[in-house]
Amino acid sequence: MSGYWSGILTILALNVIMAYAIFLPVATGQLNLGGAGFQAVGAYGAAYLSAKYGFAVWVTIPFAMILTAFVSFILAFPLLRTKGVYLVLATFAFAEVVGGAILNTDALGGPMGLSVPAFVEYPVPLASAVLVTLFAFYLMATRFGLVMRAAHDDDVVTDLMGVNVRGIRVAAFTIGGALAGLAGALYAHSFSFVEIQSFNAWISIYVLLYVLLGGTQTAWGPLAGAVFFTMLPEALRVVLPALKGWLGFAIGLQGANTAPDESWRFVILGVLTVLMMMFRPEGLITRTMIERLSFRKRRPQLEAVDVAA
Amino acid sequence: MLFLQQVSNGIMLGSVYVTVAVAFTLTIGVLNFLNFTIPTLFMLAGMLVWAFSAWGIPFTPIGPMPWQAALVGAIAVTVVASLLVERFTFRFLKTKYGDSTEHAIPLVSSLGFLLIIENLIRIGYGTDTQRFSGPQADMSVNIGGIFLRVPQVVSLVIVLGIVAGLNWILRHSRIGRGLRAIAENPDAANILGVRANKLVPVVFMLTGLLCGLAGVLFAINYGEVSPQIGDDIGSKAIAGMVLGGLGSIWGAVIGGLIIGLTEMLTIHFFGADTVQVAVWGLLLLSLFLRPQGLFGHHSIGKGKL
Repeated sequence: MSGYWSGILTILALNVIMAYAIFLPVATGQLNLGGAGFQAVGAYGAAYLSAKYGFAVWVTIPFAMILTAFVSFILAFPLLRTKGVYLVLATFAFAEVVGGAILNTDALGGPMGLSVPAFVEYPVPLASAVLVTLFAFYLMATRFGLVMRAAHDDDVVTDLMGVNVRGIRVAAFTIGGALAGLAGALYAHSFSFVEIQSFNAWISIYVLLYVLLGGTQTAWGPLAGAVFFTMLPEALRVVLPALKGWLGFAIGLQGANTAPDESWRFVILGVLTVLMMMFRPEGLITRTMIERLSFRKRRPQLEAVDVAA
Repeated sequence: MLFLQQVSNGIMLGSVYVTVAVAFTLTIGVLNFLNFTIPTLFMLAGMLVWAFSAWGIPFTPIGPMPWQAALVGAIAVTVVASLLVERFTFRFLKTKYGDSTEHAIPLVSSLGFLLIIENLIRIGYGTDTQRFSGPQADMSVNIGGIFLRVPQVVSLVIVLGIVAGLNWILRHSRIGRGLRAIAENPDAANILGVRANKLVPVVFMLTGLLCGLAGVLFAINYGEVSPQIGDDIGSKAIAGMVLGGLGSIWGAVIGGLIIGLTEMLTIHFFGADTVQVAVWGLLLLSLFLRPQGLFGHHSIGKGKL
């Protein structure tokens, strides 16, 4: 396999893991716009252990996961006191604080970044992504997953039914944090280098958009969203030159065009986001869609109750 | 003296944040909608005022124009863009199931618009920082050893005037009463004959106007624009808005000024690298200790989102 494809597979695996990291809190009804911050904690945790003490990968990655899970757990309590817009803003602020703190810590290399001696080949992130995906599917099939969905759909009624909504949300947030830490550690070891500029606010925004576009009702959604938007630039590599020439001709753009091809990818992501929210706000893949596609027997329809009798 | 100079710089920087923060707080206060296109509308106005005066209007034979015309044109385009955003984001807020992420639909599509506008500007004009030579950008007066640049003072006055005018509109005009009714309870307002479809675009027009103004004032005062200017200003303005309290216009003014001062004083005492930690740490602290902000009410923004 060429280095080109192994690079793409690594990025795909990291995006899938990050998507599930954000999906778990979103599935309980909490929008997390600070994904990059949690990923940075994991990445720097692993990078520091590896660079400073020379620990092997099988030590640093679990350490990064535990560290990020711990940070998420501690953070979850004050964070989940806030609701709605405030929660979005607080997670966003957290990511900015992490970025600023790392930028000012000399032990972590500050703005210079940190090079990571231990290197992992692409099968490791790929296998981790598969495991994380299976784990997410398993989780959504358990009672815990059911309660997560209930908390998402209506937290007041779920609370009334005797479910500890707050506990569920803290748990989902913590597991999500551990997954983000895993993605960060794998990033550090795959690219052998971490710098805080790669964990900026845009990363948080993209990941949240992948997840919401894919759909948050089932575990299929984040997978579909992440795969689609990682593969989109590869598909565009073929289509884009022609499209760009045509568009440039159509709107009369000449010269001054120094923008990288990436910009087109993000325009497309933006257009798809807007269209999706207009016509299918619940995401690409929904619960009913999965039910229709599955071979298993459908759930029996509820009989209409005769009130008069 | 250097300290006082930094304070005055902080207030001038804060006035940019104030304008953008007021735009944020207006959409949150009335519509309970965190509009993420605001930073990019700000950037759009800044880039367009440069582009119009350096290149002219694209796709037309109109060439480079004087800065006054460019200024008006940039603000007009920004207002139109803001109305376009309304048409495609807020119109489509449908509560079908009432679950807890459904209210985020306009927020998410505004993130989509953020990507679209920002990257279209990158495609059209490149990612480089461009120099914009506005009117008398270097003219300054010396008051007791503190240098005040005239365009900055003028823009501070304009900004405060606009905020005061906006406050008056919200309190005393018919439109303002309608908007406050929608903010209080959209359904009841609808039953009592307030036409939300007519009034909601007004909010977006005001948003576009404020962002456009902030963008062109930024371009004139700082003399350079780039497609990245919105990111930093936008997040600082959000910080200012939250600090002042969501939905409170004077809160956004105070919050924006506090953020500007914090930034300049942090640079003065600790160096430029700690700015991010200071500003966002302040915000995180205020979210934990006083989530409603300095002047906010408990009710705003607490919806399910």
